[in-house]
Amino acid sequence: MSAAVWLGVAALGGVGALLRFRFDAFVQRRVESDLPLGTLAVNLVGTFVLGLLNGLAVAGDSLLLVGTGLLGSLTTLSTLMLETERLAEDGDGRLAVVNVGLSLGGGLVTAALGWALGAVL
Amino acid sequence: MSDIREEIRQPPASVLAGDRPRSTTRQVQYAIVVGGVAGALARAALDEAFPWDGHGWPWATLIVNGAGTLLLGYVVTRLQERLPPSTYRRPLLGTGFCGALTTFSTLQVELIKLARNGEVGLAAGYLSVTLVLGLVGVYLATALTRRVRLS
Repeated sequence: MSAAVWLGVAALGGVGALLRFRFDAFVQRRVESDLPLGTLAVNLVGTFVLGLLNGLAVAGDSLLLVGTGLLGSLTTLSTLMLETERLAEDGDGRLAVVNVGLSLGGGLVTAALGWALGAVL
Repeated sequence: MSDIREEIRQPPASVLAGDRPRSTTRQVQYAIVVGGVAGALARAALDEAFPWDGHGWPWATLIVNGAGTLLLGYVVTRLQERLPPSTYRRPLLGTGFCGALTTFSTLQVELIKLARNGEVGLAAGYLSVTLVLGLVGVYLATALTRRVRLS
């Protein structure tokens, strides 16, 4: 990785984290739910785009910048795990299972859809 | 005892407000960007250290996701339940650093790649280990952080 790409990954990583925060808050303000739908939405959108890039056979520095930098930071596993554990801890085991199921099932579907779409384009 | 505990666990209003952009200060958003930069760099460095070719265990992602989840459990519990309210620590360390260090999109695409390469069993194992590491990690980090001062 060249110094320029490291710098780009750093900058886009910062942008991805900020976008996640804003997008998550945007969703949560508009949709009333016991499920953490903001995290779900941001994860599925980022996963779809990463699948799309792979389907388009994007590689090298472009994939490092957008995939590792922007989308890697935009999407998050730690928040998903934390929110799921807190749901279970608060006695909402069913919601915790639904949250993980929706995230992982939805993630696999959106990644595969993005990939397939990219391969067609 | 459980009542007191609930009271302690309830985050202060200022912390909750910090999660809403309407009352978000510039400082909070700067903190998220700084944390995000550090998290993304750490993740990219691990990707470089443990390159993955689509076969076998994606160690770099497993490590960042496991470590980042453990750290988030500790950070959130300690900041919300143990320390006086702070404007920028949670955005910097939680939303910024841990959020950016861990990644959901790469995990999902790695699972698809493993499946496409015929390594479905490994994909199932990788997903299971990630989930168990993540959930047990948050649980243990939370429990240990609470125990430090409650006992």
